[in-house]
Amino acid sequence: MLLRHTTEKEIDRKALTVNPAKTCQPVGAMYAALGVHGCLPHSHGSQGCCSYHRSALTRHYKEPVMAATSSFTEGSSVFGGQANLLQAIGTIFSVYDPEIIAVHSTCLSETIGDDLGQIVAKAKTDGKIPEGKHVIQAPTPSYVGSHVTGYHNMLEAIVKYFAMKTDEAKRQVNLLAGWVEPSDMRELKRITGMMGIKTVLVPDTSDVLDTPMTGKFEMYPKGGTTIPELVSMGDSMKTVALGEWGTKGAAVALDNQCKVPFDLIDLPIGVKATDRFIMALSKAGAVSVPEAINDERGRLVDLITDMHQYFYGKRVALYGDPDQLIPMCEFLLDLDMIPAYVVSGTPGKSFDKKMKAVFGDKIDQVKFKNGANADMFQLHQWIKQEGVDLLIGNTYGKYIARDEKIPFLRMGFPIVDRVGHSYFPTLGYMGGIRILEKMLDLLMQHQDETCDEEKVELVM
Amino acid sequence: MVKKKDFSAGLPDPTPLIEDIISKYPRKVAKKRAKAMIANTPDEDQEIQANVRTIPGIITQRGCTYAGCKGVVLGPTRDIINLVHGPIGCSFYAWLTRRNQTRPETPTDENYMMYAFSTDMQDENIVFGGEVKLKQAIREAFELFKPKAIGVFSTCPVGLIGDDVHAVSREMKEELGINIFGFSCEGYRGVSQSAGHHIANNQVFKNVVGLNDRPRKSKFQLNLLGEYNIGGDAFELEALFEEVGIELISTFSGNSTIKSMEYAHTVDLNIVMCHRSINYIAEMMEEKYGIPWIKANFIGSEATAKTLRKIGEFFDDAELTAKIEEVIARESAKVKEVMDAIKPKTEGKLAMMFVGGSRAHHYQELFKELGVTTVSAGYEFAHRDDYEGRKVIPNIKIDADTRNIEEITVTKTENPELWREDLVEKKAALEKKGYEFSDYEGMMPEMTKNSLVIDDISHLETEKLIEFYKPDIFCAGIKEKYVVQKSGVPLKQLHSYDYGGPYTAFGGAINFFKEMERMLVTDVWKLVDTPWKSEPEIVGSMTINA
Repeated sequence: MLLRHTTEKEIDRKALTVNPAKTCQPVGAMYAALGVHGCLPHSHGSQGCCSYHRSALTRHYKEPVMAATSSFTEGSSVFGGQANLLQAIGTIFSVYDPEIIAVHSTCLSETIGDDLGQIVAKAKTDGKIPEGKHVIQAPTPSYVGSHVTGYHNMLEAIVKYFAMKTDEAKRQVNLLAGWVEPSDMRELKRITGMMGIKTVLVPDTSDVLDTPMTGKFEMYPKGGTTIPELVSMGDSMKTVALGEWGTKGAAVALDNQCKVPFDLIDLPIGVKATDRFIMALSKAGAVSVPEAINDERGRLVDLITDMHQYFYGKRVALYGDPDQLIPMCEFLLDLDMIPAYVVSGTPGKSFDKKMKAVFGDKIDQVKFKNGANADMFQLHQWIKQEGVDLLIGNTYGKYIARDEKIPFLRMGFPIVDRVGHSYFPTLGYMGGIRILEKMLDLLMQHQDETCDEEKVELVM
Repeated sequence: MVKKKDFSAGLPDPTPLIEDIISKYPRKVAKKRAKAMIANTPDEDQEIQANVRTIPGIITQRGCTYAGCKGVVLGPTRDIINLVHGPIGCSFYAWLTRRNQTRPETPTDENYMMYAFSTDMQDENIVFGGEVKLKQAIREAFELFKPKAIGVFSTCPVGLIGDDVHAVSREMKEELGINIFGFSCEGYRGVSQSAGHHIANNQVFKNVVGLNDRPRKSKFQLNLLGEYNIGGDAFELEALFEEVGIELISTFSGNSTIKSMEYAHTVDLNIVMCHRSINYIAEMMEEKYGIPWIKANFIGSEATAKTLRKIGEFFDDAELTAKIEEVIARESAKVKEVMDAIKPKTEGKLAMMFVGGSRAHHYQELFKELGVTTVSAGYEFAHRDDYEGRKVIPNIKIDADTRNIEEITVTKTENPELWREDLVEKKAALEKKGYEFSDYEGMMPEMTKNSLVIDDISHLETEKLIEFYKPDIFCAGIKEKYVVQKSGVPLKQLHSYDYGGPYTAFGGAINFFKEMERMLVTDVWKLVDTPWKSEPEIVGSMTINA
């Protein structure tokens, strides 16, 4: 057994986290910043943070992930990191020439009280920021929230820095993506394209973290939301924000700063969440839903009704981020599956409320927990107490899946042992079909491999 | 696609390349980086700048002290709970990512390597201090797992807010009655992972080595230092030692246990693979117990044979020597067969490697056996002695970043049964015959004339090197992997081995040769260019020309 010391006996833990269902803020800030064209993320802290975050993103995407660091030493930790950041800004602009440097803090720079705003202002007055170039900054203390918080904070910082209201209203919709894959960003653009709505999607990591092999390395790939697009967000008709944990701050900022009203909805995972997304888009863009979208929806529902028997009553354990978990639970419930255990290391009081809303009178069927004390160790303990038919989460679940012989669907961050997430979306109706295809493959494969020989079915 | 270069008549002087790189940097940066790039002249003493601060913003490969301490040195040991005191990320990122394989002897033996333990510090712990939470976490870990040992690792904020992990560890050791010790391995200490190695060495030596004695079980006992069992490298070596009749007492640290480290001082010899990360323990064991150490290299079949013979010479036993020769003869023949089949396809190709503290040197051996030339190499976190040899150690300036790493004073053991006067005498006698102990010649003397040696390579330098040399293969780590491959050059990860391996000893050499055949001979890279690239452009027309 790989996790041989995990038993069903729980103790009331107050201080020890074992096998976390989250990581810390800066990696999210780095990911969000990569979704802006010509942007180089910069980690203001020890160089290990930057190295770890680049490694994690690289393993997940199998793509170049460029970012710089302030390389703190003991001296900078005592005297403050201003000199390091000023030097970094100078070096980066002269050697790597990005359009934007997106600085995020770390637990180290936050603990010593470095004021990023003040340091960036000083860089500007010192002439370290060339004309037409930008340095944006977001606070991402690792001891608050999770990787999703970091994504949220950087997205908010990007929007706050660039979005500007002019007198010229634009017939376009802002689309704020929660933490999803490049394939999902591409899918969001396809859907809004089908609806005939001009949108500004931010961040947009498609064509950044799923780039083609050309024999030439591009430090700043062609994808990413551009500066003019970001600026224009202040003149949009409406903002559709996908996922409270990832996008709320940016949506609110656009409203406060530019009076662009927002609709904050779930990530469009599964039938009903995608329905809400389509309706929100339709309202925001003042367009009707095209037949092609109805057809896609119909295909997804057709698949559900065709294969219902394989979903019905199956118990599922899930872990990951609230923005994914909530609509995913809703989707599983629509399939008549039973989300039995749900864990997220990401805090947020509304998780409780939203889970209750999604589960309704089925709330007693589920054990769920989020925040600093929720971890995969406890999830595994629950599974030991009463088993499940399917495990859904990031790569780290493979150890539980192997020990407990549970079919395992990889979703979330990071996925470092399989490919596909960069290319095939899980958002929208087509994404729903992909989730079902993967889920059915696993459940049916499990049945094929474990049933008695005389029970092997040719047609399923 | 890049066009390959022919350097069969010798490598070109890289000075124009160095000048080109330097010209792209701001003045102060240029001045500093110039000292870290050397056009190698193997028979001259050339000084390279190493183990100095990384330039902020330059885009480095380097990680932090915590990574070197928890991730590298302590990570691969299975029977200890490595509890990370800090925000969640540090523990999360060091969770299983280094591929240190481990093989517990029984299904119930302790093995915590699949687990990540953290105090997951929250803002209130930063404001009010985290010691209470740390104590509680240790108690909970003990209650849940009943481990025999717990290591506590400090992350950046811990040192800053003044949490004393050592005091907490002592207190909890007293309370729980198991071995608990702390590491001041905050990420900002030192200039790279290297500081973390040193800190880990110190604490393991102080808190583990020598805790238990074990009666001698075999004639020849040794420890393997600086072998982390990535991809099963240590398994290869374990099998090799077993076959020739040498008992491997403990490996620091791969497929390792704290239990075996406790009686690691009962060996006759320490052999050091990764000099940078572990030489401190070798030195301390010699000072305290009189156990000598030699540098070893099991990367490459010739290097393996050489190391085995050197060990044989040390023990000076006819039966052992005969067995070693028998294994070398048998295994070398197998390696040669594979080498002969592959070498004609790889001969003349060019490699460059930028990793770690020893692999950028050792892997040159394997490439040499395939006729591949190493045109450029460098370390991520090494010191001058890893480049120039240990002879320069007395001349290395100790800077502030090194001074803040604890230097522990080790004195000769007062237990006469543990002091190995016999080994001291043996060492003296062998040295008279020209046998080299405690020595490492470094990378540069073994590299060819005009090869380019670069310490702590930056992203800009990586791009420039690819442009200049157009290598057939580039060896580095995960962060560089796809950057280099997008340029059309295959990259072999020499940290994680791209999830392959083992590459040590004879069996490992065969694996590596086959891997190089895959990477260097494949046509997949020829798919990159579109077939219509070289065709005249076809102008489309919607009208049908009848």
